[in-house]
Amino acid sequence: MSIRHSLLALLSEGPKYGFQLRQEFESSTGEVWPLNVGQVYTTLQRLERDGLAQSDDVEDDERQKNYRITESGGEELTRWLRTPPDLSEPPRDELVIKVLVASRLPDVDVYDVIQVHRRYIVQLMQQWTRMKEDESHFDLAFALAVDAELYRLDSVIRWLDSADGRLRRAASEPKPEITVVRSNLPRRNGVRR
Amino acid sequence: MSMLELRQVSKSYGEGANEVDAISDIDLVVERGSLVAIMGPSGSGKSTLLTIAGSLEEPTTGEVSIDGTRLSGMSRNDKARLRRRSVGYVFQDFNLLAGLTAVENVSLPLELDGLSMKKARVKGMDALERLGLGERANSYPDQLSGGERQRVAIARAVVGERSLLLADEPSGALDSVNGESVMRMILSACHGGVAAVVVTHDAKLASWADRVVFLRDGKAVDETLPPPTPEELLNPEVPDPTQ
Repeated sequence: MSIRHSLLALLSEGPKYGFQLRQEFESSTGEVWPLNVGQVYTTLQRLERDGLAQSDDVEDDERQKNYRITESGGEELTRWLRTPPDLSEPPRDELVIKVLVASRLPDVDVYDVIQVHRRYIVQLMQQWTRMKEDESHFDLAFALAVDAELYRLDSVIRWLDSADGRLRRAASEPKPEITVVRSNLPRRNGVRR
Repeated sequence: MSMLELRQVSKSYGEGANEVDAISDIDLVVERGSLVAIMGPSGSGKSTLLTIAGSLEEPTTGEVSIDGTRLSGMSRNDKARLRRRSVGYVFQDFNLLAGLTAVENVSLPLELDGLSMKKARVKGMDALERLGLGERANSYPDQLSGGERQRVAIARAVVGERSLLLADEPSGALDSVNGESVMRMILSACHGGVAAVVVTHDAKLASWADRVVFLRDGKAVDETLPPPTPEELLNPEVPDPTQ
């Protein structure tokens, strides 16, 4: 997640102090992604170095510095918001690899492996769901962030269910016989006369 | 005391070589106030489990108790009375009667149980109001949205003293926001002392439950661990998925 662009977004609302930015960042992400104050100041210094933000030079103390977004900072923010993240390459998913490995090993019950992961993920989903159970603490940003995590975990469960079904179907079908494709065999040279 | 208890419950259909086990040796205890989800693929026996739990079908072997009363040996009439008084059902397609208004649909089970129409309507209105549908009480099902119809169905399931709610894919036809509000309503009924069993293949819905039981080929193969205690939350450790 881009702290850099999230801070630019907060600065686009008006000038702010570093400490204030940290608080607003955390509340805008539903406090799902905590941020340490060091990360905020380092990022602000880089934004300033790159000409995307400006600070009042009155104080040396970072906490007293007031930051504002520059014109090129605004342009950078607009560009970032409209640039899709790169999802073209599938991530190297450890869970997928574990199931693929388990499916090849004769002494391992792949369905049992799938169930171990399924249960663990449902338990994680229960923990996230409990967080949004109490509507008195309802916060739109928090609900959106929790939903994103629930949908991500749900997609893993769906994949596990589909892998489970596909493996069972494959196991119940007779294995195709290996047939030698004659046309691929090297031909003998010459014809007996 | 547990509201629902299944002990070594099995159900098979057909005979001899054609015999098929729909569910086998299921043990399930659901306490008052708790929400249990049953997850499993199509054909895993989820719906059979629910119809047996609600005494709509007899198990082939095993024992079912509702609110401490064993169902085996009960007459059909006694079972029907127990069902009307204690058990509410919520189905995927709502199953509301088209010719009755929302409040008539909700109060019908109470009237069938011998309560006067007036008293039944008061309780029906109360159940609808608890689910935020008081103003729609005199609407017919075709005048209600899908989400509202399902809320009426939930009101009907928890009306009066009913304390066991059985739901089969209760948000199947609804979008995710309405699906979530269905689960919130079921959970809120549980906080009021109802025991609920929700059958679903949707992990997002199942994750509202206190406990998720996984069904496969008619057998309960696994279930989630209880939620962490406050002490465990204060000292979080990376959960061990093999435990």
